[in-house]
Amino acid sequence: MAFYRSTVLVSVDPICVEKGAYELIDSLQDELIKQGLIDEVQILETTRLGDPTVYGPDLTIYPEGTHYTNLTFYDVPRLVEEHFIKGRILKQYAAVMTDTIDEELSTPKSKEIRVVLRNIGEIDPRNIEDYFAQDGYLALGHVLSEMSPDDVIQEILDAKLRGRGGAGFPTGLKWRFAKQSEGDVKYVICNADEGDPGAFMNRRVLEGDPHSVIEGMAIAAYAVGARQGYIYCRAEYPIAVSTVNLAIKQARSFGLLGKNIMGTDFSFDLEVRVGAGAFVCGEETALLASIEGKRGEPRARPPFPAVKGLWGKPTNINNVETYANVPQIILKGADWFASMGTEKSKGTKTFALAGDVKNTGLIEVPFGITLREIVYDVGGGIKGDKKFKAIQTGGPMGGCLPESLLDLPVDYETLGQAGSIMGSGGMIVMDEETCMVDIARFFMEFTQDESCGKCVPCRVGTHRLLEILEGICEGRGTEEDLVELQELSDQIRQNSLCGLGQGAPNPVVSTLEHFMDEYKAHIYEKRCPAKVCRSLIKFEIIDGPCTGCTVCARNCPVSAISGERKETHIIDQDICIKCGICYQVCQFDAITIS
Amino acid sequence: MTSDGIKEAEEVNSIRKIVANIGSTRADLIPVLQAITNKFGYISQPAIKELSDLMNLPTKEIMSVATFYRMLSTQPRGKHVIQFCESAPCHVVGGREVFIALKDALNLEPGQTSPDNKWTLITTSCLGVCGIGPVILIDTDLYGNVTPDQVKNILSRYD
Repeated sequence: MAFYRSTVLVSVDPICVEKGAYELIDSLQDELIKQGLIDEVQILETTRLGDPTVYGPDLTIYPEGTHYTNLTFYDVPRLVEEHFIKGRILKQYAAVMTDTIDEELSTPKSKEIRVVLRNIGEIDPRNIEDYFAQDGYLALGHVLSEMSPDDVIQEILDAKLRGRGGAGFPTGLKWRFAKQSEGDVKYVICNADEGDPGAFMNRRVLEGDPHSVIEGMAIAAYAVGARQGYIYCRAEYPIAVSTVNLAIKQARSFGLLGKNIMGTDFSFDLEVRVGAGAFVCGEETALLASIEGKRGEPRARPPFPAVKGLWGKPTNINNVETYANVPQIILKGADWFASMGTEKSKGTKTFALAGDVKNTGLIEVPFGITLREIVYDVGGGIKGDKKFKAIQTGGPMGGCLPESLLDLPVDYETLGQAGSIMGSGGMIVMDEETCMVDIARFFMEFTQDESCGKCVPCRVGTHRLLEILEGICEGRGTEEDLVELQELSDQIRQNSLCGLGQGAPNPVVSTLEHFMDEYKAHIYEKRCPAKVCRSLIKFEIIDGPCTGCTVCARNCPVSAISGERKETHIIDQDICIKCGICYQVCQFDAITIS
Repeated sequence: MTSDGIKEAEEVNSIRKIVANIGSTRADLIPVLQAITNKFGYISQPAIKELSDLMNLPTKEIMSVATFYRMLSTQPRGKHVIQFCESAPCHVVGGREVFIALKDALNLEPGQTSPDNKWTLITTSCLGVCGIGPVILIDTDLYGNVTPDQVKNILSRYD
C-alpha cells in the first residue's frame, strides 16, 4: 500500500459540488502532478466538513487537521506551494470552525458513559453514510445472516435490557410474548410520544441518530415476526419528524427497509405517525387508539398489546431509547451491556437535567450512579451556589426526593421504593427558593389537565386534589386537608385505569412525606417559607436602598406603585397583583418579599 | 352566490383535495384533521360535515376526535397563535412571571382570542426545549430564555 504524507479530504456535499468542489479537486490533482507531489499527497472525497453554505467548497488536510474554506480552483497553486511545499498554513483560507454551542448536549462529563447518545452531534443525521461509518446496520446484517429470531430474543434477555419508557419491563420478555402470540400480521411500534415535561432525550436521539432507532426496530421486527412498523412521534417535534422521514427514505434506498432486506426473506417497512397534542398518548394503549384514528384513550390491560395491539394484532411497543440500545447490544454482546449498571438495572440511562442546576441538558450515566453524583458531579451543582432542596424524577408522575435521599443509587427499584419513579428520564433540580406545595399544585394542574377523562378516579380525583392544593397555596388550608390529600391519593393510585392516573398522586404523596413542614407552614402559619405562593406574600419597598429611580413604577402592569422621583416609592397592597416584576427590575435590591 | 357561499365552496374543494392526498380510512382521520387545521386555522362545522361524507364517519365521531387533541381546534383562532410552555422546567426558571406578563400585555386568558383576531393565547405542554426555558412559541417562531420585560418587545415584532 502506498504511503502518503498528507491526506486531503474534499467535501463533495451537493452544495459544495454546486459551488465548484469537483473543479477544485481537478485543479488540485493537476497542481500536485505538476509539483511532483502526487505520490505524497492523497485526495479523498468526503461528506460535508462544515456548513457548506458558509464554508463550501472546503477541504481538510491531515495529519495537521487544517480546514481551508471558500476555495476556488484559482487558489490551488498558492495552496499547494504554501501548505505542501513550504509547510506554511495559508491563514487567509484557514477557518477556525466556530463551534456552535450545544446548549442541550455538552461534552461528556467524567461520570458519563454514552451508548445511546454516542453519535449525537458526531455524525450528520441526514446522511446515512455517516451512520454506516459508525458500524451502522452491521448489527442488522449480523442478525439476519447469523441469528435466529429466538437467538436475538435470548441475547436481549441476557443483556437484561429493560424498557426505557418508564415502566422498566424486560424488553426480551416483551419480544418473546409478541413472537409467541399467534397471528400472520404483527406490528412493531416505537413510542416517540415523549410528553414528560423536561424530558427531551428521545427528541435528540431521533434528530441526531435516527438510524439507530430504525435499525433497532428492524431487529425487533425480525425477532417478533413483524413486517410493518410505526414510529409514533409527537407533533411538538417537527425536526425529529422530518429527520426520521428522511432517514427512512435513505434506508429504503439502500435496501435496509422494504422487501427482502439485504437479500434475505425478511421484509420490513416503517411509517411515521404524528401525534396531535395529547400527553396521555404516551400510554401504549392510548397510543394504539391514536394511530387507529380514534381519541387517545387508554383501555384496560390485559389483553396486552403483545397479544392484542394495533387493529387487534399482536404488537410490540418500545420507546426510542430502548430501540437505540439494541444494535449496540447485538454488536458488543449481552455481557458488555450487562457489565454496566446494578444487579437489576443494566446499561445506561439518558436523563434530561433541568431546573436550578448549573449544567442543564442531556446526560447519559450508568445505572447505579447516585443522585448526588448526578446533581453535583455531572450537573455541576446548584445555580448561584444556592442550597439544594429537592430533585423531581420521572416526569409529572414522579416524586420529589429531598437531600437525605441524594445518596440513593439510581435504578428502577430504588427510585420506586423512595416514592418516585424512573419514568422516561426527566430530572428537575429545585433549589431552596422552590415552594414544594406550589410544585405539588403545579404537577396536579398538569395531570388533571392531561387526564383523558375516561375513568372517574383520575378525572375527578386529580381535580379535587388540585382544589385542595390551590386552597393551601392561597392560605385557605385546614388540618383536614392533609388527611384528605393522603386518602384521596391512595384511592386514585389504586383505582385508576392507566399509569397516568396511578402515578398522578406521586408528586403530592412524596412532598407530603418529605416536606410536611412546608405544608404545615402554609396551613397553620399562613406562611410560604420559600416566598413563592402569591397569596401569602407581600412585596414592599424598603426606605433606605430605594433611590426613587421610578423603574418599578414604570414597569408595574397594574400601576400599583407610586412615588415622586428621587423619593422612596410605595406599593399599594390593594392593587398589587404580586407578579414580582418590580422585584426583578429593581437594581438596588430595595424590594423585599415578606 | 354570496361571498360566504364562495368561501365555503373553496373550503369544500380544499378538503376534498386533502382527503384525496392523505386517504379516507379511519387511520387517516387525525392526519386529515391536522392538515385542515394547518390550512384554515381550525376545523369548521361545514368541514366536519364534508369529512363525514368523504370518510364515511358520523359527525359526532369526528367531533369527538377533533376536540380530544390539543393541536386540533374547532374554534377559529387569531392570526398569530401564541403557545406558552406551562411545563415544570419552564415553571421553575421563572415561567410564571413571564406568563403573567404575557397575559397582561395581551389582556387575554389562556384559550382566548383577542377581539381584533390578532392573537390567540394557549398553553402547551412541554415543547422539549427545556434547556432554554422559559419558552414561548409564536406561530412557528420559538423564543427561549424569555424574561417578563422582553414580552412586549417580542409581541411588537408581529403585525
